[in-house]
Amino acid sequence: MREKKAKKIVFNSAEEMPTMIASVGSQTHNLTGAWRNIRPEIDLAKCLKCGICWKFCPEPSIDIVDEWPVVDYDYCKGCGICAEECPAKCIVMVEERK
Amino acid sequence: MKKEKKMTLTLPAEELMACGHLACQGCGATLAMRYMLKALGQKTALCIPACCWAVIDGPYPYSSLDVPIYHCAFETAASTATGVKAGLEMTGDSETTVVAWAGDGGTFDIGLQALSGAAERNEDIIYVCYDNEAYMNTGIQRSSATPYGAWTTTTPVKHFKTRPKKDIVAIMAAHRIPYIATASISHPEDFVKKMRKAKDIKGTRFFHVYAPCPTGWKSRPEDTVKLARMAVQNAYFPLCEIEDGDKVTLNLKLKDKKPVNDYIRIQGRFRHLTEAQVASIQAEVDARWERLLKNCAV
Repeated sequence: MREKKAKKIVFNSAEEMPTMIASVGSQTHNLTGAWRNIRPEIDLAKCLKCGICWKFCPEPSIDIVDEWPVVDYDYCKGCGICAEECPAKCIVMVEERK
Repeated sequence: MKKEKKMTLTLPAEELMACGHLACQGCGATLAMRYMLKALGQKTALCIPACCWAVIDGPYPYSSLDVPIYHCAFETAASTATGVKAGLEMTGDSETTVVAWAGDGGTFDIGLQALSGAAERNEDIIYVCYDNEAYMNTGIQRSSATPYGAWTTTTPVKHFKTRPKKDIVAIMAAHRIPYIATASISHPEDFVKKMRKAKDIKGTRFFHVYAPCPTGWKSRPEDTVKLARMAVQNAYFPLCEIEDGDKVTLNLKLKDKKPVNDYIRIQGRFRHLTEAQVASIQAEVDARWERLLKNCAV
C-alpha cells in the first residue's frame, strides 16, 4: 500500500524545482477532510462485507483493512455516496463535530 | 455466520489514484479515472488536455496519480498521445499503454479534429472521453455534449439548449476503428472488463464514459452513482461495444426500460422542463434505443 500523508515539498529557489512532477501520489499532503460538513460512520455490526462503499468512493478514502471497510477521515470529503449505495444501510452521515 | 463471510472485491485491489486530489464532492470523473487505472495498471502514460482532470490532479509539482501525465493543449489530446506512443516505440517500449484522457469539451468540440485524424491513421492509443455534458471546469458552459433541455450558464433557463446531444459514438464508428465502447461509472465491473479487452487490441480504441457532475448538474453529491445507474437503466446512456465500426454488442439488455422522468426530475439543470418537454426527451431516448437495437441485430 502507498505511504499516505506525504509531506508538502518546499522549494527555496527556481533551481530546486524539478522539471517533472515531484513524485507520484505526492498530492497526499492535501488533507481534503477539512472540506467535510457531514461524516460517514460505519456500523460494522450490520456490514455485509460487500465492498460497495470501497468500490464507489471517489477519493478513494475507504480502505479495506482486514476485510472490513475503514474510512480515512483525513481525506473523506463527505459526499455521501457510500451511505447512499450501501445495500445494508449500515453507513449513516452524521453532522461533523468541531 | 455473517461475520465469517469473506470479502470478495469485484475490482482489482491495486490503487493508482491517491487521496488528496482536488475534485468536488461526489465527482464522477475521479471514479472513471480510478477504474481505468485499476484496469490498465502501472504501465500507462496519460495525456490530459485542459479539462476537469487537469485541475483535479493537483498543481505542479504535485500529482495524485501513480502514472506519468503529460498536460497538453486543449485541442491536441489525440495527437499528443500519438506522439508519446511513437516516442515510446522508438525507445523500444511497446508495452506501455498510452491513454488520451479528455472531457467532453476536448472530445466533442475542440479536440475533434485531432481525434478524427488519429482515428483515421488508426494510431495505437486509447482515447477516453469522460462525459459530464458541459464545460464544467471553466464554470458550466454549454458544449455539444450538453443534452436537450439542460440549463448551463451559456444556455440559461429562458434560452435552454434546444439542440440534441452530438452522437460521438456514431462519429467514431464511421471511422471504422477497431474498438469503441460506452461505459458508466455505475457499472465499474463492465468498465474494467472493457478496458482490459481494449488494452490487448492494437489500433485506436475509443471510450465514452458517463461521469455525472453534481456541481454542474445541480444534483446532490450522493446521487452521482445513482444518476449514472438511472441513465443506463432508462436507455438514456446505453452500454454497448462496437468492433470494427459495424459489429455492435449490447452489454446490458434492458427488459423493461424505466421512464426518464425520474432521472430528469432529480437534476436541478432540468428543473424548468414541462411535462411535454420531458415527453419529447422520452420519445428521443426511445427512438435512439430502437435504432441501437436495430444495429445490434444486423
